[in-house]
Amino acid sequence: MKAKKKKLIYNSVTFGLVIAAFLICQLLLSTGGMSRSFRGQLIPICCWIVMAVSLNLVVGISGELSLGHAGFMSIGAFTGIIVSGWMQRAFQMEDPVLRLVLAMVIGAVLAGIAGALIGIPVLRLKGDYLAIVTLAFGEIIRNLIDCLYVSVDGQSLRFGFLNNKLPGDLLMNGPNGAVSVQTIATFTAGFVLVIIALIIVLNLTNSRSGRAIQAIRDARIAAESVGINVTKYRMMAFVTSAMLAGAAGALYGLNFSTLVAAKFRFDQSINVLVFVVLGGIGNTMGSMIAATALTILPETLRDFGQYRMLAYAVVLILVMLATNNPLARAFFGRIFAPVKALFRRKKPAEPDLKGGDAK
Amino acid sequence: MSKKTHNIIVRVALLLVLVLVACLISSCGQKKEEPAATEAPKAEDVITLKIAHIGPLTGPAAVYGNATSNGGQIAADEINAAGGKYRIEYKTYDDTHDAEIALNCYNKAMDDGAQMIVGTTTTSPCIAVSAQAAKDRTFMLTPSASSTEVTKDKDNMYQICFTDPAQGTASAEYIAQNGLPTKVAVIYNNADAYSTGIYQTFVDKAKELNLEVVSETTFQDNTKDFTVQVNDAKAAGAELVFLPIYYGPASMILQTAAQIDYKPVWFGVDGMDGILDIEGFDKSLAEGVLLLTPFSADAKDEKTQNFVATYQKNYNAIPNQFAADAYDAVYALVAAAEKAGITSDMKAADCCDKLIAAMQEIKVEGVTGTMSWSANGEVTKTPTAVVIKDGKYVGFNN
Repeated sequence: MKAKKKKLIYNSVTFGLVIAAFLICQLLLSTGGMSRSFRGQLIPICCWIVMAVSLNLVVGISGELSLGHAGFMSIGAFTGIIVSGWMQRAFQMEDPVLRLVLAMVIGAVLAGIAGALIGIPVLRLKGDYLAIVTLAFGEIIRNLIDCLYVSVDGQSLRFGFLNNKLPGDLLMNGPNGAVSVQTIATFTAGFVLVIIALIIVLNLTNSRSGRAIQAIRDARIAAESVGINVTKYRMMAFVTSAMLAGAAGALYGLNFSTLVAAKFRFDQSINVLVFVVLGGIGNTMGSMIAATALTILPETLRDFGQYRMLAYAVVLILVMLATNNPLARAFFGRIFAPVKALFRRKKPAEPDLKGGDAK
Repeated sequence: MSKKTHNIIVRVALLLVLVLVACLISSCGQKKEEPAATEAPKAEDVITLKIAHIGPLTGPAAVYGNATSNGGQIAADEINAAGGKYRIEYKTYDDTHDAEIALNCYNKAMDDGAQMIVGTTTTSPCIAVSAQAAKDRTFMLTPSASSTEVTKDKDNMYQICFTDPAQGTASAEYIAQNGLPTKVAVIYNNADAYSTGIYQTFVDKAKELNLEVVSETTFQDNTKDFTVQVNDAKAAGAELVFLPIYYGPASMILQTAAQIDYKPVWFGVDGMDGILDIEGFDKSLAEGVLLLTPFSADAKDEKTQNFVATYQKNYNAIPNQFAADAYDAVYALVAAAEKAGITSDMKAADCCDKLIAAMQEIKVEGVTGTMSWSANGEVTKTPTAVVIKDGKYVGFNN
């Protein structure tokens, strides 16, 4: 009972935070109280939140190390750009909302397929193989996209590999990346995507399947012995995560008028991993907050001039020290105590008979 | 964790905080000095132009961003020191060669009240920023983003540098017309927009001019071993190797060729500029390398010599073509602003259309040649070939 209640509180606080943040941003946007600099970061922040939440599903809930998350984002991004450009040029579909949704759905599906293709062989293995394979996957995707040329010719799409002599309008121009992208991403779409990602991840985590996934993470042999299909549940987490990354990628790609494959290098995957680790592995709300904070931070540190990235690193170290320091934890505990008490007061003092309750 | 290590960590953390605070204070201090220096000769008709420069000061393309930042700064300092009608506030925003960050920089610059942009230095961020700037009506002049995509469909975007296709065509023409060997090998980076762009037009033009391209090999970023590419060129009997690439990989190619005793004519483009500044690079390997560039640091004219001397004094390095482009960009902007009658209190959107009109009328004599602009934003100037002799760039034809 208590565990369930705690989860309910956690989930409602998570959703509440997102909705409150969205409403505050909307208010600031409508009153013009938000600087341009911050306004421009809203959509990327939504994308990075979804990336962090989805990677957290693999790293935190399923307990695997994936180092190619940016690869899935890349697939989603370029698929989204191609779908949107194709729909607009070949079928005169001008409605941006419809195109954005279509781009995100197809981006998610393709990224999911890529995730499944990798997962089928690799998730059967034990040990660190997933990390190695995903790392290679991210690099392979980047190199392939660098050689890919796509154009719209009439109603059909034409693909060229290392061959730029294609008829029609070029959508993807090899190492130039995607060009002349119509930017149709909106902050509202980003907010909706974050909410959808949260619903999927939190529901999956708290479901029967989610418990199976966590059981595999904590004790694989024990889980196998009670008849849990290990590969199936690991696949479930991995593919879901890849699909969410694909959708985030499509939104991200359609927010800029150009996008190059080099954006989704290995260090971008690590960046997302940093969000997850800093937010606390397995903690969805933490991933969200870390993704937001670490996207805004480099921009707010601009006044440091050339010491900007040094300051960024120092802040990262300080946060890690502070969150692991018993003194600091006690300090934050005291701050949040009234908030916790607020929730506690609502229920009658329930005698803790069960004792050793799971957290 | 023992108490002792814990204490040490806390102390280190405190120290870092102190360092940070010190940095903050010192950077604040610097800021306060600047206006004081420029306000000194205050006259009523002095016009202050707020120019924002966006370029990568850190990250993989930092060499170019620092060069453009320094070059532009020198031009701004000169104009301020000359005490004419204009004062320049020149501020660089670090975009780390990333489109997302570059847009953040642009937004921040607009928040800070910039009137016009010099930038961005590199191509992909420039395409992203110029699309946004075209919507907002902000005038942009890039020193070095050379893709045609940068100016395509945007009337607010102008270039100081040649476009990639122009470089490919010019290189092929130069080789054909100046009696250089016609058996050509090309080694290019097929993961790089700049390199691929030049390669594609070069090969097309080479065919037209009956140059025989006998070997085409590729590599990607972070390639460290060029044995395959160089051997392929050697085996095909190429007498000239065209390198439409940046100087980093080019230096490795020269080293590899020296090891297998292969001595063709090396022909580079403006990305080759900078090869002599690489630390630990044996300059004798670059002996005889030809490159087509609008700027050579040893040119005899007074303008170039002054610029090179100031650059050496301030930054302790020989300026490359990127620095020269940014230097010219600031002068071109001031010339355009004068023609357009820009005043201190104009907003970016008010300046834009006036600057566009002025830009097509002016003619600027800079260190990279005499420049004029067409309505599509592309520059007209003549490239010159330089050859590396005794560790220095020397004009090829003189």
